[in-house]
Amino acid sequence: MTTTTLPPGPGDAAPASWTVERAMALVERNMMIYRRSVTPLAFGLVEPMMYLLTIGFGVGTLVGSVPGVQVRYAAFVAPAILATTAMNTAFNQTSFGVFTRVRIDGTYDAIVPTPLSPTDIAVGEVASALINGLLTSTGFLAAAALLGLAVSPGILLAIPAAALVGFAFAAAGLAVTTYLRDFPDFQLIQLVMLPMYLFATTFYPLGTYPGWLRLVIEALPLYQSIELIREPALGRFPVATLLIAALYLVCFGAAAMALATRRLGRLLHK
Amino acid sequence: MLRTFEYWFMRYRRTWRASIVISVGNPLLFLAGVGAGLGHLVDRHAPAQMAGVSYAAFFAPGLLAAAAMQTAFLESSGPVARAAAPAGAYQGAVPTPLDPEQVAAGHLLYVAFRVLTSSAAFVIVMACFGLVPGTRGPAVLAGATLTGLAFAAPAAAWAVGVRVQRQVNTAFRMVIMPLYMFSGSFFALSQLPGPVRVLIGALPLAQGVDLCRSLALGTAGAAATAAHAGYLCALTVLGFALARAAYRRRLYP
Repeated sequence: MTTTTLPPGPGDAAPASWTVERAMALVERNMMIYRRSVTPLAFGLVEPMMYLLTIGFGVGTLVGSVPGVQVRYAAFVAPAILATTAMNTAFNQTSFGVFTRVRIDGTYDAIVPTPLSPTDIAVGEVASALINGLLTSTGFLAAAALLGLAVSPGILLAIPAAALVGFAFAAAGLAVTTYLRDFPDFQLIQLVMLPMYLFATTFYPLGTYPGWLRLVIEALPLYQSIELIREPALGRFPVATLLIAALYLVCFGAAAMALATRRLGRLLHK
Repeated sequence: MLRTFEYWFMRYRRTWRASIVISVGNPLLFLAGVGAGLGHLVDRHAPAQMAGVSYAAFFAPGLLAAAAMQTAFLESSGPVARAAAPAGAYQGAVPTPLDPEQVAAGHLLYVAFRVLTSSAAFVIVMACFGLVPGTRGPAVLAGATLTGLAFAAPAAAWAVGVRVQRQVNTAFRMVIMPLYMFSGSFFALSQLPGPVRVLIGALPLAQGVDLCRSLALGTAGAAATAAHAGYLCALTVLGFALARAAYRRRLYP
């Protein structure tokens, strides 16, 4: 039996190779879809604003102030909700968004035969998720500032920080998506994301936990994201803490990205 | 009617693991994260509004009512809209002797079962952590189930006519989530300025929250309890009447 080796076609670009140009084609495609309907982005703002109003202001009246922090409770919570906004927007786009494009829309069926490699697709999806995360968190920042919650100019550092948070969670979302069997598996994701949202010091400081539990919380990517955004926003600049947080997110994102690109091909060619 | 209930119940026996995450896991996580964690800060500050009640004991019954609404809506919107669609489960009932009223009633009976069991799990957890005395548990459970039904019946009446699934998600995010967040489960409505307080207080979930909370804390007055329960019962009956008509319109045109 003879095997015929076909010459590499346009769709067979080595999975590990990617170019900015090709990845940008996918970013552009996603942007065109979003320009037609801004509702998903506006939706992305509704939930964090509700948390800010209900917990930041509503429960905030009952809390008074947080130990060790001289600002009102809402100003303590707002930067953390900003971090979760960047996280959720980016993560949802590369998890639920990408999975819907694979299973329902069949978007990639039309992309796979083009010169885009799976790595191009991965980079493109992560880049456009990052952009969306940046847009919603900047929108949230503007809203929080209007409500008088910008207590230090350091809150402007939240914009580059949100880009890093968006990258880390977009890559993580894509990596997780390659393991999903079907839509009900999103319940399992929820089972990880919701506790992280509630427990990663979003609503109260790390000191609330007993010692051993602090180590667990500190290991969470959302905790590091919140540190990176909240400390400067409150006018504090602990250099080592911020460097560790940034480094953590870079490594976390890079590892997730490597995993996602390695596995994405399998998902697309099914 | 029991036949329809049986159908949904059989499905549930195969899919309960996934649904339990939202209907039971979700509120328990909020109870731990917000009730215990944030409650620690509130209790430290001991504001006058709390009148000596711990934040967790204040929050838990409100959350119970909100979760009952959420479970009721999720079970009676998407599944109803899908069942009414051309290839959906309701279409299988059309050629049988079942009336549309029986199809509606059987499905709502199933939703009531879901709300009752999820709420019971939550009330048991509340009792274990001393957030409600065991003797008041059954009354609180009844209040939560009634709150769920007051949402389930109108939601089914609406959803049976929905032809675009996306509308269900939009309604969840734009109607149910704001109700969940602003109806006084997280903070007392008395903190709000007058007109807003009256407006929110008139919404069905605020009635359910007040009903469950006053029953759990033992502060329920007969008149207020009767008013809350009457309001929610009226909504359930009205919703069911609308649902019967809407089912007939959609399934037997």
